[in-house]
Order: sequence, then structure tokens, then C-alpha cells
Amino acid sequence: MTDQPTNGSSEVTTTVLGADEIILNMGPQHPSTHGVLRVKLKLDGERVVESECVIGYLHRGVEKIAEHRSYQQFAPYVDRMDYVAAVSNGLGYCEAVEKLLAAEAPPRARVVRTILTELQRIASHLLWLGTHALDIGALTPVFYCFREREEILKIFEKYCGARLTTHAFRIGGLQYETYDGFEHDVKRFCDDFAGKVDEYETLLTENRIWVGRTKGIGILSTEDAIALGVTGPVLRASGKKWDIRKAAPYAAYDQYEFDIPTRPTGDTYDRYVVRMEEMRQSRRICLQAIENIPSSPIMAKVGKVLKPPPGEVYHAIEAPKGELGYYIVSDGTTQPYRVRVRPPSFINLQAFDKMARGSLVADVVAIIGTIDIVLGEVDR
Amino acid sequence: MIHSIIQTILPFVLPVLYGVIIVAVFPLMAGYIVLLERKVMADMQARLGPMRVGPHGLLQPLADAFKLMLKEDIIPEKADWFLFWVAPVMSVTMALLAFAALPIGPAFQIADINVGLLFILAISSLGIYGIVLGGWASNSHYSLLGALRSAAQLVSYETAAGLGLVSALLLAGSLSMKEIVQAQADQGVWFIAVVPVGFFIYFVGSIAETNRAPFDLPEAESELVAGYMTEYSGFRWALYFLAEYANMVVVGAIATTLFLGGWLRPYPSIHQHLLRTSVEMLDALPSLLFLAVALYSLKLVPRQPVKIQKLVMLMVAGLCTLLAAVMAAALFAPDPVKAGIHGAFWFLAKVGAYVYAFLWVRFTFPRYRFDQLMRLGWRFLIPLALVNVIVVGSALLVQQNWGWKHPVVSAIVTTLIMLGVALFLAYDDEKHETAIQATGGE
Repeated sequence: MTDQPTNGSSEVTTTVLGADEIILNMGPQHPSTHGVLRVKLKLDGERVVESECVIGYLHRGVEKIAEHRSYQQFAPYVDRMDYVAAVSNGLGYCEAVEKLLAAEAPPRARVVRTILTELQRIASHLLWLGTHALDIGALTPVFYCFREREEILKIFEKYCGARLTTHAFRIGGLQYETYDGFEHDVKRFCDDFAGKVDEYETLLTENRIWVGRTKGIGILSTEDAIALGVTGPVLRASGKKWDIRKAAPYAAYDQYEFDIPTRPTGDTYDRYVVRMEEMRQSRRICLQAIENIPSSPIMAKVGKVLKPPPGEVYHAIEAPKGELGYYIVSDGTTQPYRVRVRPPSFINLQAFDKMARGSLVADVVAIIGTIDIVLGEVDR
Repeated sequence: MIHSIIQTILPFVLPVLYGVIIVAVFPLMAGYIVLLERKVMADMQARLGPMRVGPHGLLQPLADAFKLMLKEDIIPEKADWFLFWVAPVMSVTMALLAFAALPIGPAFQIADINVGLLFILAISSLGIYGIVLGGWASNSHYSLLGALRSAAQLVSYETAAGLGLVSALLLAGSLSMKEIVQAQADQGVWFIAVVPVGFFIYFVGSIAETNRAPFDLPEAESELVAGYMTEYSGFRWALYFLAEYANMVVVGAIATTLFLGGWLRPYPSIHQHLLRTSVEMLDALPSLLFLAVALYSLKLVPRQPVKIQKLVMLMVAGLCTLLAAVMAAALFAPDPVKAGIHGAFWFLAKVGAYVYAFLWVRFTFPRYRFDQLMRLGWRFLIPLALVNVIVVGSALLVQQNWGWKHPVVSAIVTTLIMLGVALFLAYDDEKHETAIQATGGE
């Protein structure tokens, strides 16, 4: 297909067969573009010469909506951006507004927030693992992943009544006290989960086909990653030890011990390994946090009507997909003057062309999967 | 006059009847293989699978068939109308034609051709035209890529699979499907025990030939949407589907015939009789198996939520009991009938096991990438198959010419040699791969 030309015969072949490059439109309806991403591929045979991501099919104007809602009213909207990690989105927004108000959530609220967010990270990574494996052709792991994700969603449902778009937190703390048996549920999940991660790994980690399909594919060097503003597991797999939970601790992360897994080469396999290890670390955080949830009120005194003083704030958290930042400008009214979201999926997606150039069509699918994008967040 | 006409027609009556049975029954069987596949998949994936249509989804294939037949027939505007129409028909015709030479038991065979195996291989490799033409005629990039992949894949893996078969052919000394089984009966051993490496090569090759995962690149869902079938829908799509499952049964039947003893039951040379009757003990196995299934279904009856489901479950139990009775009654029938029925059972059971292994592989492994697939074929399987032919041939030469009288020893020695060769090839391939990665490119 893509044999190197030898002693000038390639010219003859190209003219005779007319072997031009073809443009292949992957998406917006395609089984493995994870929603409505459209990738324009220029192919030479099956090799990618050039690629371009076309986005915007799921644009809902979330940031604009924010300008017409009060601070509290906007909170549920952020859940709809990265809809597979709604809790993390909510945490970022609530903390950003709290920062603007110069308020702080009480200790109990912060610990519960940490637990739920880490559970959400596990759930998000599980969804990533399942779909990524499915893209590469392993049909089975996705069901195992969903089985465990279901347990997490059940905990969310018991806590706040919703499974996906949870709106679990409120500005200033939590609306709901934890339910009876919350600790028990989380603990039981964490205890079971250690073995489950090993189970996924037996299916994939040393599987020759899996290694062949992921090692050396979509390499992103540390320099490129930093230059492109890539964050999260993608950055860490490229060898940069950067995690906002450690760099600028929020919620209750400063109280817990956990490691930041990194890998040297920055290929698809490394990103896989990093995320698998992150799930273990999240479990570790949950186990530490559940041991000792301080008793205190769950809401800070922020008042019924939020009127932050004029000013601006940027607050970032380590969402499952990378740095999720909220930049909020207040003009002193009850509605934000401007909200700008720094979505990790959107910015990580910029590295796609860098990773995909020169790879095969089959790799493109693996690379889309490995960036771990959610189109709701990319397009907002 | 009439007498002579009857005389001319008579030899064709039975084959035509068999042919009609295959063409009429196989599509239904394929539907149930699909159901089986979905159930096996569900079992491996910690879920239940189809449960809605009929008890445990037993009527799902019928519902699917109706749905597909009632669907709108779409031919894309820019497609080559004629080829688009002809391609799936071609695929399914070739797949079903291959059944003509398959001996499903000693009695049930449409034509015992003396080059039966060659005929089957030739016909089933014609089926690839259906895929290539269908992909080309669709006038779509995904289809085209699928068709190209499929052409390249089929050419390489047919070579490997064919060479894998040669090792068994050497042992059988015939191309006639019946005589190959007969040879295994005479030598008292299934050829898988003599040339396991040949079987392995054919197994891998046949997965690739039938486009099943992990070699399902021509229709790789997550990459090419549906590959060559992307533009197909409704009944035409069903034809491709039928062809795929027919091909699966065909390769299963070839492997069964050449390596797994065809219609012979396990331990064909042991004739232990049951309580001084004329019935051989091992011949009772099929009946017992069906009885066990019947009892299991009976046990499931009270657990069915709806009355109709209870009834259908009872019917399944009844059917299995009936089959058990038939198998038992066949034991006392005259020999051709008995051998025919029991042979068919064992043959189908072995094909079933082979197909099950296909499904097992499919749900366990990720998909190969195109270049990896080619590398596996050309750098590993084909050399391995070539060496296998030479080694097995030499062993036979030693046995026949120099009077070496220990077939077990030579089987073990050849297998060990082949394992060594396989390890060497794998090591060599690994080295090659690291060399490529070190230079950073092709």
C-alpha cells in the first residue's frame, strides 16, 4: 500500500493508477469519534498525510447562557459540558464562584466533594477505557467497565438523586448531607475495585495485539505537549509531572497522600498505563478520605442572593481529562458578566494532528480514543 | 422409455433433495448461529444477551429475518447498480455452493468429488469477489478501503491456511473429503493429534479468511464503519451476513474433516458394548447430551416470567427429548441410517465447537492493524506453514521408506520441531520490529 518508491518506478505507478490522495471524512456520524467530532483525513493509501478536526456540531453556547443566569442558576449547566464527569465540572464552577465571593466551603463539604470527585474520575476513566478498547477492537472490556461505573453512579444517585448530570455541589458547600451508609458504599466499592482494575489489565496490558496497537502510536513529546497546552493524563504520559491537585491543591487534596503517575514516551500505551494507575490512586484518595470525614456544617454562609464584588477570577481543577478552568468576570450584579471555560478536551484535541500525521487510519481511531475527548466539552 | 428416464433421473434425486435442504435450512441455522454468538458474547461480558423475543431470545433470529426482509431497499445513487446488485448474491452463492462437497456424516453429502477439498477451497475463495466488487460498486471511501483490505488479507491468509491443510493432506493421501475421514478412521487417530501445528495455522488462517475478529479489518466497525458493507442495508446486507456465517461453517467443516476426524465419534476404535447388547457405550453419548439439555430446560420452566415463555421452554425440552429419542432409536436402525444420523450429530457438534472457538477469540482479543496483520501472515504464518509441510513430509518419508514404526514418537518429534520453529520465527519477527522502530519508519 505505502511501499517506499524504489529506483524511480513510483512515478510510473502513480501516473498509471492515478493513485492520488483521497479525502476521507470521518464523522460527524462515525462509530468511534465519540460523539460528533468530524475529522477530515487526507489519506495516501491508508496513511494519514494531513488531518483536520472540525468541531462545533454540539455547540450550545454554554458560556453565553451564563451571562443571562444568576450564579446559582448557571451551576447545573456546567454539568452538561463534560457530561461523563459532571461532578468535576460542578466542583470547578462552585469553587471558582466561592473564590470570587471570598468564601470557603466548610471542611466536611470539602472532604465529601473530594470523595465524589475522585469517584467521578474513576467513572470517567472507566468510560474512557471501555470505549478506547472498543475502538481498538476489544469488545469485552467495555462491559466490565460499565459494571463498575454503575456502582459509582448508584452512589451518586443515592447521594443527590441523579446519575449523570448530578449537580451534586452548591456554591458554598453541599446542599445534601451524605446519606446513611455513604461511607460503607464507598468503602465497599473501593475494596472491590482494586481487583477489578487488575482484571482489566489482564485483558489488555500484556496482550500482544493491544501492545502492538498502542505502543509507539500517536507519540507526543514533552515539548510539544507543553507548547500545545495539553494537560491531564495526556501531559503526564508525555513525561511532565504536573497535576493541579498537587500544584495548587483545592477541595481537600492537601490532606491526602497520592502519587502522580508519569510515563516517558508519550504514546498511546503510556497514556493507557497512566490512566490505569490514576484509577488506583483515586481509589487510594477515596479510602483515605472516607476514614475521617470531619463533622461540620455543610454550607458556608454565602447568602441566598449571590452578589460577588466586581472583579475577575480564574480557578482551575484537575478534571479527569486535564485542567478544567473557569474564568469568571463579575460586575457586581447577580449575573456573571462573562464566563469563560478552559475545557481540557478542547485543548487536548489540538494535539490530534501532531499525533495522527503519518499514522494509519486504524491508528487515528486509537488516537481519538486516547485523547479522551467529550464533544459536549469541546464544543460547549 | 420412462424406465430409462427414471434411470437417468434417479441418481440426481437425493443430491437435489440435499441441496434444497441446505439452501432452505441453512439461512435459519445462520440465524441461530447469530443468536448463539450473541449469547456467548453476553456470557463473556457479564450480561444476558437477547431476552425479549421468545424465552431467552429464542425467536430473535426470526424477528431479525423479518425485519431485514421488510426494510427499504436502498441503492446509492452513484453506485454501480448492476455490480451492487450482483456482489452480495455472488458472495452468498459461493458460500452455499461450497456446501456441495461437504460430507455432513457418511450419508449426507451432495457430491463426493474426488478433488472435493480443492473444489471447496476454490469456490470459497471466489466469494471474495463478492466483497471486492461490493466495496467497489458502493462508490464510497469506507467501502473501497474495506474492499482493498479484504483483497490483500484474503490473498495472504488463504496461502497460509492452504499450506496448513497440506500437512493433513499428506497424512490422508487423498483430496476426497470422504476418504480423508476414512483415512483417519483407518489410522485410528484424528489428524489434529499428529499435526497440531497444521491445525493451528489453519485455525488462524480461517479466522482471517472469514473476516472474523481479530482479523475483521475489512469491516472493522470502529474504523471503517462497516467496511465493504457500509452502503448496504436490508436484505442485501442480510445476504452478506449470511455469506459470512456460511463461510464460518464451511471453514469449520473443512477443519473438522481434515483435523478433527469428520463424522467419527471420539475414540472410534473403542467398541465397548453396553450390558451385552449390540449397542456400543460411546454411541449413547448424543442421547445423554440431549437428555441433559432437556432436563436443564425443564428446570428453567418455573423461572420463566410469562406463561407463553413457559410453554416455549417446555417445547424446547420436548424437542430435545425427541432428539434424544431419535438418536437412541437410530442405534437400533440398520447401519447406513444409524451411521448417517450419528455421523451428522458428531460432525455438527465438532463444527459447533470450532465456531465457538471463533467466537471466543473474537470477544477476547483487540483487532490487529492492517500492517501488523500482513506481517503476521507473511513473516510468521506462511514460513511456519512451509516448514510444517517439509517437516511432516520428512516424517512420513521416514515412516514409509525406512520402516520407522513409532508414529507417536514421530508426531511428538515433529511437533516439538515445529514449536521450535515457531519460537524462532516469533523471535525473529520481534527483532525485525525493534529494528524498524529503532530506525523510525518502514
